[in-house]
Order: sequence, then C-alpha cells, then structure tokens
Amino acid sequence: MAQITIREAISQALWEEMEANEKIFIMGEEIGVWGGTYAVTRGFYDHFGADRVRDTPIAEGVIAGAAIGAALTGCRPVAEIMTINFALLAMDMIVNHAAKLRYMFGGQFSVPLIVRTPGGGGRQLGATHSQTLDAIFAHFPGLRVLAPATPYDCKGMLKAALRQDDPVLFIENATLYQKRGEVPDGEFLVPLGKSDIKRSGKDVTIVTYSKMLHVCLDAAKQLAKQGIEAEIVDLRTLRPLDMEPVFESFKKTNRAVVVEEGYPTFGVGAEIAARIQAECFDYMDAPVRRIAQLDVNLPYNRTLEQAAIPNADTVVKAVKEVMYV
Amino acid sequence: MNFRSKQDYLEAYSQMVTIRRLEEKCAEFYQQGKIGGFLHLYIGQEAVAVGISAAMSEHDHLITAYRDHGVAYTQGMEPKVIFAELLGKATGCSKGKGGSMHLADTRLNFWGGHAIVGAQLPLGAGLALGFKYQKKPDAVVCMMGDGATNIGYFHEAVNLSKVWNLPIVWLCENNQYGMGTAVERASAVSEIRRKAEGYGITNDRCNGMNPAEVYKAVKRALKHAREEGPFFLEAMTYRFHGHSMGDPERYRDPSEIRKWREDDPIGDWRQIIIEKGFGTEPELNQIDDQIMAEIAVAAQWADESPEPGMDELFADLYADDSIVVSREF
Repeated sequence: MAQITIREAISQALWEEMEANEKIFIMGEEIGVWGGTYAVTRGFYDHFGADRVRDTPIAEGVIAGAAIGAALTGCRPVAEIMTINFALLAMDMIVNHAAKLRYMFGGQFSVPLIVRTPGGGGRQLGATHSQTLDAIFAHFPGLRVLAPATPYDCKGMLKAALRQDDPVLFIENATLYQKRGEVPDGEFLVPLGKSDIKRSGKDVTIVTYSKMLHVCLDAAKQLAKQGIEAEIVDLRTLRPLDMEPVFESFKKTNRAVVVEEGYPTFGVGAEIAARIQAECFDYMDAPVRRIAQLDVNLPYNRTLEQAAIPNADTVVKAVKEVMYV
Repeated sequence: MNFRSKQDYLEAYSQMVTIRRLEEKCAEFYQQGKIGGFLHLYIGQEAVAVGISAAMSEHDHLITAYRDHGVAYTQGMEPKVIFAELLGKATGCSKGKGGSMHLADTRLNFWGGHAIVGAQLPLGAGLALGFKYQKKPDAVVCMMGDGATNIGYFHEAVNLSKVWNLPIVWLCENNQYGMGTAVERASAVSEIRRKAEGYGITNDRCNGMNPAEVYKAVKRALKHAREEGPFFLEAMTYRFHGHSMGDPERYRDPSEIRKWREDDPIGDWRQIIIEKGFGTEPELNQIDDQIMAEIAVAAQWADESPEPGMDELFADLYADDSIVVSREF
C-alpha cells in the first residue's frame, strides 16, 4: 500500500488508463502546457503530446459539446471544466445532450464521456467561484454523478468510469487535492454506484459524501469521546444513488443526519431524508436532520464564509439533537 | 449523383418532390392530431438537402437542427421510418422516443436532428474532432439556420474548428428568418458568411433553391474541409410555411412569400429538366404520381405500426443495464 494524495490518485488513474487505451484523450482549459490549474495533469502534455492532451479556448460550451461529439464517434474524451461553477456554461451540453442522446435516439448513440470538475467553497473566492452544485447535476436521468472523497475511491472510481459507456460527471473538491490516503500498489477498480461504510457505529447514521466525509469523520471522533458511536455512509455516487447501505444502517441506529456542502434547499439531504422516511418510517426515533451550507451566497470575508459552511462542530450538534442528548 | 446526367437531374427532382409530399402528409397527420409536439416543415428548402447529400461520400457525416425531415430522407432514411418516428411508433428511427426534431440513423452517417438551437455546432465540431483524432478520412457537414449564428455556441464551435483545423463544413441555411425575426433584425451582419471571415475561415455563398448549385458548392467545401480545414457555406433559401405548425406569420408579408414561391425549387428544377431535354411534362407528371402513391403507402405503414411497449419507457437510459432506476418514490 502506498500513501498518495487525491491529486496523485486522479492523475495516476488518468495516466494509467491513457497508457492502456488510445481512445482516451483529455481536453480543457490549461490542462496541457500549464499542467492543469490544480496540477492534476502536470507532465501529461510532455508525455502524451498535444493530440491527446488538448488545451482548449475558454469556451465551456464547446469543451463539453466537442467532447460529446467525439464520444459519439467512439473516442473516450475526458473534458476538464476548471470549476463546477463554470460547468453552468456547459449545462445545456451536459443536461440536454450527454444525458439524453442515448435515450432520445432509441439507443443508437453512446456517450462514453467523463467531465471532470472541482467544486467546493471555503477558499475566499467569492460567491461565483465557491459553489457546490452536485445536487443539480444529480437531478438528471441519464448521467452518472460521482463525487468520491478518498485517494482510493478517486483512483478506483475514475478508472472504472473510463471503462464503461455512460456519461459521467466526476466531481472533485478543490480543497481535497492534498488529502492523503492509502491505495494498493497494483491495479484496482472501485465499482460505480455503490455507497460505502466509512466508519461503523451503532448509535446514529451519518450520510455524507465528498469533502464533508472528512468533516464527519472528525465529528465522529469527537462524538466517540462522548460515548456516541456514529456510522458514516459515504454515498460516493449521487446518481445512480445506492440507498441500501443507508437503509440498513438506519434500521440499526434509528436516527440519521445527512451532511453535504451544497445549498440545503432541494439538496442531497432533502432527497436522502425523503427516501429514509419512505422506506424506514417504522424505524424512526427522530426526524432526519439536514446539515448543509447555509442558504445564502458565500461571501468573500473569511469569517462570514466559514460561518456558512458546515464543520465538525455543526455535525456534532446535529447528531446530539437527533440523539436527544 | 454528380449532376452530369439526365438520370441525376431526374433523381434530384424525385428527391425534392418526395420531401415536399412527405412534408405535406406530415402536416395532414399533424392536423389530424396524430403527430404531437412541434412540427417544422422543410417545404421551400428541399434543394439544399438534396444538394448536400448528393455531394457527400461514404466518409462524410451530417448533423443538423430540428428541421430535419428533408436531410433525413436525402441521407437515406425511408419515408415510412420518418413517418413512424413522427407518429411515435416503435418502427421509427428512434423507436418513437425522439419525435420530429430528433431523427437520426448512425448507419446513414446521419447524427441527428438536435432541437436546442445551435447545439449541433459543438456536437458537430466534436464529431469532426473524433474522426480526426482516430485518423479517419471522414469529414462532417454541420447544418444550421441563420438564427443559430447569433448564439454563443456558434462562435465557440466555429472558432475551435479553426484553432484545431477540423474537417468540417459549416452550412448555414439562410432562410431569412429565425422563427419570426428577420435576419437583419437579429444578426449584426445579414450576410452570414462574413461571420466566418472573423475566424479566418474560407467561405462561400450559394443559391439554395437549386440542387446542382448546392451540390457544387458543398463538393468544393468538403474537399477544402478534408484537405485544409473548416469551410463555411451559406445557402440562400426560404421556407414557404411557418416556422412550425400554428405559426400565425405576422412577421412577413404574403407578397414576399408569393415572390419566393415563384422561385419554387421544384418548379424551377422542372423547367430546367424540360429545357435541357431531360424530361417532358408527362414524364415528370408520372414521377409525381408515383411518388404520391409511394408516400401514401409509407404513411399507411407507419400509421398501422405498433406503439412502443411500456418496456421502452426506461430502456436505453443507461448503457449499463444493471443500473436499476427507481420507479417509485
């Protein structure tokens, strides 16, 4: 086992799959000569060349659209959108085309496309550059929306994504690239669309994903000191959503807190809470609590911004509320 | 088809008349309530589709917008399959799940049929990129209306095609109106091809009411696309009907429509055939009758085709059929 960062995990996944499959090429703003704004693709341009590592104009619509078109011809493009905030400019291509072409044309078209994009707040980038927009993309049938949180999951899921034929939005978190974790030395894949128990516990279920997984793991440590054992379910994939581990855990603990970094209204927490109450009504000992970013645009000021983003203390407080302690 | 023989002239005539009769039958189905949603007819613009497909080889691919029945046919889709898709039948090209605006058949190098204005431009650039990346000799013709040249996609895609030197022909069917807004009311330059000049792209304008002229221009454009890079072609044409069925047409004077109808591409082409001695009135009338009968048979076949089964509702949502989509919440 090696200790690597999430940046290295994603980079290795791309590198290994590009070495193995010539149909894969990557395209996006500053991914080539610059080496990627988050340095994920550093060294790729020199190794793979300009044909497979394609610097694009700043034009998200055609980045996504041309990647879709190339995917239709049998290529496996990986389009990088510099941040998920800019993916709004590619929203029509992702939603109206990538997600719909196979279905709408009766199965004639295949879109083996990956769109990689980082989101997340907390870096004083102001309201337009700090969003967590995962939930809106998870809204659409036809897409796979992945948002892994560990080097192991990032590497294994990205590699798996590059070997299947459905369009994928691979959401990274801009503050997690330095996060370290263990990965096996050899080849491995992580199945897509499977939630994962990241911590076992008997008292309360915490459902989360992406950066908030780490916040919840911190919260669980604090809670353990107070005698509360939290079970943490990492969704890893938002669509298709794997609820079985959530239901199983909830039926054991009878209470849940859902933690996400995005906006609360119509968010991931709303979906999870609704599904829990429908499936586990007889097992409920407390209302499901939703923890999310406060329902406001993120400000530039550091103190105000931090006040709007969930942290371990927020999670601890919510857990105690559903535990009635 | 290279428009050098009598046979080619008659074939072009036959194709244009087939599109016209097909579209008229679509209008009838629509008025009967058998075709739902929107219906955008190609009547008046037939020569463009006929000229384009005639100029294309097996290595050429076509992508277009929602006014797609005409090119679907000239790319080789049978009228009965077009009717079936419009009627929402299982025998349609997209199993009745796409409808009028989403015709496609990848076996015919026909990539749709896209209903978001301008979206086919980035997709078309991507097709060209995909073929070029795979070192195939293929080129792409991407059709658009004049209205689509005002949207951001146009500028992003046309720019990229030049930056990456993609094998693509941008083909603007300038039918003078984007829905009900005249070109000069919507576009800063009404000679659309001048927009391509800003991106350093070789361009041309042709008479879109004559299939031989379209053929010649597209032939040259495709050669350029394959050997040198993107080409922009503006075909001047006119739609005789509204933007879609139910268009009140308050935006244009009936006399303008009458004037263009005097240059009906089918009527003009008929004259040319007769003048060249390639056919006589009775011979052409016989072709007309035959097409009328064929369209009636195709329409009946489609009308009598089965609806898609309920198993089609969730089919083809994902390539991975192990994905179980929740059906109850």
